[in-house]
Amino acid sequence: MRQQTRLVKMGQFKDITENGIWKQNPGVVQLLGLCPTLAVTTTVVNGVSLGLATAVVMAAASGAVSPVRKFVPNEIRLPVFILVIAALVTVIDLLIHAYALPLHKVLGIFIPLIVVNCIVLGRVDAFAAKNPPARAMWDGFIMGIGLTIVLALLGAMREVLGKGTLFSGLDLALGENFKHIVLTVIPDYQGFLLAALPPGAFLGLAFLIAAHNWAEQRKTNKKPTATPPASESLKPAH
Amino acid sequence: MPETILKHTIKTAITLVAFAFAFTLLMTVVYQVTKAPIAESEAAARIALFQQVIPHDRYDNAVLNDTVNIEPSKLLGNKKTSSANIARMNGEPVAIILEAIAHGGYNGDIKLLVAIDSAGIISGVRVIKHTETPGLGDYIDIAKSQWIKLFDVESLTKTTSANWAVTKDGGTFDYMAGATITPRAVIKAVHKALQYFEANKTVLFKEAVKEDETANKIGENGAI
Repeated sequence: MRQQTRLVKMGQFKDITENGIWKQNPGVVQLLGLCPTLAVTTTVVNGVSLGLATAVVMAAASGAVSPVRKFVPNEIRLPVFILVIAALVTVIDLLIHAYALPLHKVLGIFIPLIVVNCIVLGRVDAFAAKNPPARAMWDGFIMGIGLTIVLALLGAMREVLGKGTLFSGLDLALGENFKHIVLTVIPDYQGFLLAALPPGAFLGLAFLIAAHNWAEQRKTNKKPTATPPASESLKPAH
Repeated sequence: MPETILKHTIKTAITLVAFAFAFTLLMTVVYQVTKAPIAESEAAARIALFQQVIPHDRYDNAVLNDTVNIEPSKLLGNKKTSSANIARMNGEPVAIILEAIAHGGYNGDIKLLVAIDSAGIISGVRVIKHTETPGLGDYIDIAKSQWIKLFDVESLTKTTSANWAVTKDGGTFDYMAGATITPRAVIKAVHKALQYFEANKTVLFKEAVKEDETANKIGENGAI
């Protein structure tokens, strides 16, 4: 019995993970949090840094809201959630400013903007306000990771096309020692300005969404043929 | 019933206030804790920036604290009173580190750091803030190209007024294809910073010497 509930619990965490990374991915399915998605993804490093910062904020905000969800009257739940998110973002902003100044310079205005990123409030309201803390934190974090993956892919596309490099700026974020990781994918590249400018972000995101839809469609088309052998294997062997 | 409504309202209000209080407290604590590290890392970053325009070994004073106020000036482009840092060796002013703002950028203001030594020769120029088009106008940034080093050892005597322009306009400064508005703005701003220094040199350095330890201020004739 206990083992069964544990299995159910694990299943829930697996569902949450699957939702965050693929099924309900904030970047390509929910299309929430487009402001940073489009603005900072000029390089992989920028995209990943902001994605991770968002993931941390989301985990912290969900973790902070979930334990007190029963004390917050319905009428003021949104102001309270925004208050919590804004405070946590301020805290993270101060911490990055104090201990990772170069990163702070790179991400600049986008860190405070995490407050108005609707994915954060969206998950807090839709999930954390209805679920226990552990699950809520995991949901917030994994949604952030889902967004980070999209930001990383979009950043990589735009960086390679726009500048012909990969991981540039890593030395700014992590220190001079990481400079050698910066790759020049296309040597003597003149640059493709469109990819580096905002329209490149829209186009790149469109390709990612299309790819996601295509993969989903393939999966659903395959399902009918794939089901019989699956159900067969479920039959007891002896 | 009005009583339960009142009760509910009060409860709601108290909850909101409690949350506001708790999270304000959290922010206050973090602010206090990070205040010193932030100031430290900002100062370190500033020193590192100064190092790019004037080498450490050319001065021995606490350059961050050795400042003069700069009244709003058309030549420097500052609309509010700003401050400049003075580098000294054995108490003698060696150079001044000015902030100049170029208003003619393609995409908004370009903020420059210009170090000029006591002889009126540029020790170094760096762009500290710009929003020029990536891949076109952003070569003024040292992170993208060495272009900004063209200004090293420049002065009003080395290059005459008419030659402070890009080669396309008959000046002596090279530029890169694709963007001429950006370098034009930068060249003009550096030129004007030199003119500002020339016009206010005595005041800038004299004031600073006279009021070494206290807050320094330039007299009215310092403002243009």
